[in-house]
Amino acid sequence: MPENLIHTRELVKTYRVGDNDIRALAGVSVDIARGEFTCVMGPSGSGKSTFMNMLGCLDRPSSGEYVLGGRRVSELQGDELAEVRNRNIGFVFQTFNLLARTAAVENVELPLVYAGVPLRERRRRALEMLALVGLAERADHQPAQLSGGQQQRVAIARALVTQPLLILADEPTGALDSHTSLEIMALLQDLNLRGMTVVLVTHEADVARFARRLLRFRDGHVVEDEANARPEDAQAALATQKAAA
Amino acid sequence: MNVLGLLRVALRALAVNKLRSALTMLGIIIGVAAVIVMIAVGGGAQARVEEQIRALGSNLLLILSGARTQSGVRLGVGSNYTLSEDDAIAINREIPEAIAAPALRGGAQVIWGNSNWATQIYGTTNHYFDVRQWQLADGRVFEPAELSGAGKVCIVGQTVVRQLFADANPIGQVIRIKRVPFTVIGVLENKGQSMMGTDQDDIIVVPIATARGRVLGSANLAKQRAVSTIWVKVADDLDTKAVEEQVRALLRQRHRLQADAEDDFSLRNLAEIMAAREASSRVLALLLAAVASVSLVVGGIGIMNIMLVSVTERTREIGLRMAVGARTRDILGQFLVEAVTLSLIGGLAGIAIGVGAAVAIAQVAGWRILLSPESVLLAVAFAFAIGVFFGFYPARKAANLNPVEALRFE
Ligand SMILES: Nc1ncnc2c1ncn2[C@@H]1O[C@H](COP(=O)(O)OP(=O)(O)OP(=O)(O)O)[C@@H](O)[C@H]1O
Ligand SMILES: [Mg+2]
Repeated sequence: MPENLIHTRELVKTYRVGDNDIRALAGVSVDIARGEFTCVMGPSGSGKSTFMNMLGCLDRPSSGEYVLGGRRVSELQGDELAEVRNRNIGFVFQTFNLLARTAAVENVELPLVYAGVPLRERRRRALEMLALVGLAERADHQPAQLSGGQQQRVAIARALVTQPLLILADEPTGALDSHTSLEIMALLQDLNLRGMTVVLVTHEADVARFARRLLRFRDGHVVEDEANARPEDAQAALATQKAAA
Repeated sequence: MNVLGLLRVALRALAVNKLRSALTMLGIIIGVAAVIVMIAVGGGAQARVEEQIRALGSNLLLILSGARTQSGVRLGVGSNYTLSEDDAIAINREIPEAIAAPALRGGAQVIWGNSNWATQIYGTTNHYFDVRQWQLADGRVFEPAELSGAGKVCIVGQTVVRQLFADANPIGQVIRIKRVPFTVIGVLENKGQSMMGTDQDDIIVVPIATARGRVLGSANLAKQRAVSTIWVKVADDLDTKAVEEQVRALLRQRHRLQADAEDDFSLRNLAEIMAAREASSRVLALLLAAVASVSLVVGGIGIMNIMLVSVTERTREIGLRMAVGARTRDILGQFLVEAVTLSLIGGLAGIAIGVGAAVAIAQVAGWRILLSPESVLLAVAFAFAIGVFFGFYPARKAANLNPVEALRFE
């Protein structure tokens, strides 16, 4: 049996608010293979973002085990986690989180800066990624000069630039209209087809239909884990929409 | 991230709020400028005093007639001289380490041809030139016969030469001092201003007997061989203090003072007087130092304040940087470099303003200033240290943020 990229056992995360312990994650055991396209859904407050933060090594679980690419990252802390985030994980956020007044290409370069990649090499790889997301011509534009969809593409380029093991996208289409959402989904699906592992949180069933696997969360538990044998093709959906318009 | 990269990030961040950054620097600017002015003015004053001490000789004692009162004001000047020419002779005889020159002085009108000039008449001996380390530019000093026989000869200072003779050669000319004709036998070298700011070259030196008998004297003075002042030079590389005590003991013995009686003369060490003057200029420097340090501390607090604001404003940026792999030291470095950049730019502006102010003070107030590269370096070091010291807490606060919470921050 091939080793899974992500392996979690009984992941628990409790937050202490006042005198109460809030269990944002109440024992999550999930395995995700390389190259999967997984969608995480569930009601608000069910622990989706907390789960993503654990997968992304942004936070440490209160208890439980997390193995990423064969490495027990649940044991790591501080700068070791920063290094895992830098090398192995690409984040895509709902609000893009680009640096203001900073050119798109420099935003894409940022993870390489912390990886210690020399400037010339950094620039080359960043431009390559911008070309991949279709924004080669916008390299010098600042976020304020880009549309929401374009900004999210820059963010995806930034997530890809270190050639990570997986892309984590927490509601990447939450701030976009349906057409732009489709474009972003087409991009993510395309990356997945090229082998990138993608985990994506969404509230919209419309978005979830492009994934091959669906995890449903409720009250910090995974209550449903189903495979979608026939995910829809976002590119085709985009073409249909264009034809209709 | 390397320092150069951090510097670019810092400059960009500071450029976003230019006015805010400039206002934040103000405290540092004022503080550093004050440090520069302080060192320039203080250094100038000190250099001037040192120069005067060198010019005067650090081993010069001045004995004045009359006791020193509690407040330091001498009594009985001019009316009742307690020193005599014989005291000077005794010092020369008894204390081989010292050269003493008795002096009487007063003002007089001098005339040569159509020119006339009011100047200072100094009656003394040839020792005076040794004691003051004052060479002749031309001519000769007094002959023994002229000294003992009250010869009507004189040696003139440069100012007198200028005022009376203009371009003529003074040697051999006959001038009238209080209507008495004197032959000019020598010209003194230029000496410049005294530490009190008076023109030392405005002088005519005559033998002391001549001064007493013909120019300044009264019958009373003549009888007592009284003098107003005795200049004493202590031989080089000898302990001036020890010789000073020897002179004091000798004079007390000659004046038959009881052990519990106060001195009937006052003995001053000129180097000490100047050191006291230097101390007063130090008070000014100290005042400026206080202003500077208060301003630097206030400036530092201002930087800390703005950096805290900046960290809060940029919490999401910090979270994002952490998410893409920034380590604790990267974030710490980023905000530390930003604070130090702020304080260093302020420091450089302060240096520019401080140098400008020092030069302006030198021109307007006529003070000597001394701008040294060391003071500039010191100011830069100060600014740097302030940036590090006051920037550290905000930077650490940023570096210790939890990435998840930072990313959630509204
Ligand atoms: N820092 C925190 N301190 C206290 N409680 C927290 C914290 N972060 C999350 N929680 C709680 O943990 C639970 C799960 O939160 P989480 O953000 O994972 O939900 P979510 O599924 O992403 O919801 P949404 O769909 O609204 O984004 C919630 O009850 C939330 O209030
Ligand atoms: Mg969420």
